[in-house]
Amino acid sequence: MMDLAKLRADFPILGRLENGKPLIYLDSAATSQKPIQVIETEARFYREQNANVRRGVYLLSHEATELYEAARRMVAEFLGARAEEIVFTRGTTEGLNLAAWALGETRVSLGDRIIVTEMEHHANILPWQELARRKGAELLAVPITEGGHLDLSAFRKMLNRRTKVVALAHVSNVLGTINPVGEIAEEAHRVGAVVVVDAAQSVPHMPVSVKELGADVLAFSGHKMLGPTGIGVLWAKSELLEEWPPFLTGGEMIREVWLDRAVWADPPAKFEAGTPPIAQAIGLAAAVEYLAGIGMPTVNAHGRELTALALEGLQTRSFVEIYGPRDPKERGALVSFNLKGLHPHDVATLLDQEGICIRAGHHCAQPLHRRLGIPASCRASFYLYNTREEVEAFLAALDRVWEALR
Amino acid sequence: MSPYEEVILDHWKNPRNKGRLSDPDLVGVEVNPLCGDAVRLELKVADGKVADVRFDGHGCAISQAAASLLTELIQGRTLAELREMKDEELLSALGGVIQTRLNCALLPLRALRKALKS
Ligand SMILES: Cc1ncc(COP(=O)(O)O)c(C=O)c1O
Repeated sequence: MMDLAKLRADFPILGRLENGKPLIYLDSAATSQKPIQVIETEARFYREQNANVRRGVYLLSHEATELYEAARRMVAEFLGARAEEIVFTRGTTEGLNLAAWALGETRVSLGDRIIVTEMEHHANILPWQELARRKGAELLAVPITEGGHLDLSAFRKMLNRRTKVVALAHVSNVLGTINPVGEIAEEAHRVGAVVVVDAAQSVPHMPVSVKELGADVLAFSGHKMLGPTGIGVLWAKSELLEEWPPFLTGGEMIREVWLDRAVWADPPAKFEAGTPPIAQAIGLAAAVEYLAGIGMPTVNAHGRELTALALEGLQTRSFVEIYGPRDPKERGALVSFNLKGLHPHDVATLLDQEGICIRAGHHCAQPLHRRLGIPASCRASFYLYNTREEVEAFLAALDRVWEALR
Repeated sequence: MSPYEEVILDHWKNPRNKGRLSDPDLVGVEVNPLCGDAVRLELKVADGKVADVRFDGHGCAISQAAASLLTELIQGRTLAELREMKDEELLSALGGVIQTRLNCALLPLRALRKALKS
């Protein structure tokens, strides 16, 4: 159990007002709020420890490098990975672009097949779409069932010997569906495909061990898990990181440079050209420490409790249409919905007047919304600092929105 | 709880001049692909003035109410006047629109401007 009042005191922003009302922040799937431990760690770095990394021979630079590499070890431990397999990026989007580009250089050629799913965020569609276009490969999307799950039998039919990549979200940022990555990876590996997982909505909310997951590549963002913006993580199996050419080239990623050629540094440095987001990596490590201190099973259980409460409340309201699985055990900590006949922007604007922040729009998943036959949806998402009272307040406010606009 | 003025709620719930004309002289369509709002304005013109007008569309309350209100605002006015019509006229007729949603409110006006150019 968590002491919620004590925990909430760690998040200074939760004390502010939104439109004159206490802030009820239900948009952590877009970006999470930050505890003082993270804010202070980043500030302390700039106040007391700031220097570039891997460059200076002076003590300050050595210390900054130590902190940066310690952050990498901390993230590795959090994921059950090895530090050499952890590449710091700018976020999920950059990680997926890096993977798509590198797999294009090494594994995908004319006539090959790339499989994504209908429920992907644009960040896990467009890099593959571009890759398919560049290489003349085909891009297929696994359809979803009425219940909001991946259609696994359709997936099996798509898999063939020419399938080089299967890219999917661990948890959908719209449907909330937790996808069976292990099962999918097992089948994909049978035809020799590389499995790339968009873990933007899973790593912040549930225990994820890359050893157990079964994937080959995994990307997520620091800012959705209490960390700073501008930092993300790409994990990939060592054999892939060894095989891949660098995505960006420049300083800090080389061993030797001549005017006509170069020898790359070993991974992960090979993929971290230029001055990296140093303070942000150290801030992310503080976020990981914070989450690990509470325990991911506890974080997960709390999110599930709030999601169950929200789902239950939404289901009893006949004017609400819910998307994705009904069983909270099959979901991440978010619920997407619509009030019948109302536009999500109206719902979000009216809730905002009560201090309640939810997301409204297509959530960077236009193909999924097209599949659902709706232009947009509302999404409430929960994190460790949200309370049952906030969920109740949100549900009660929905009734008032319905009354005002129906 | 409403930040939506009564005018907006009224036009949203009871849209005026909604539908199609049988033989419009001018037509303007404007959509916002990001949120799915769409407005179609149809005008019948006589002696350089708006003799009849209809709107059709779907989307958020603000865009649809603004479209409905706009049909009332432009009825009987000369095309020359409408070419000069300022955003502020529609916004203030709506009783003010919150910052985050100005784009929705102005969608029908963009449809009108397209119609005038058609
Ligand atoms: C499932 C999913 N994938 C990718 C992203 C992109 O993350 P970022 O914008 O941090 O790169 C997000 C968040 O917006 C997401 O929810």
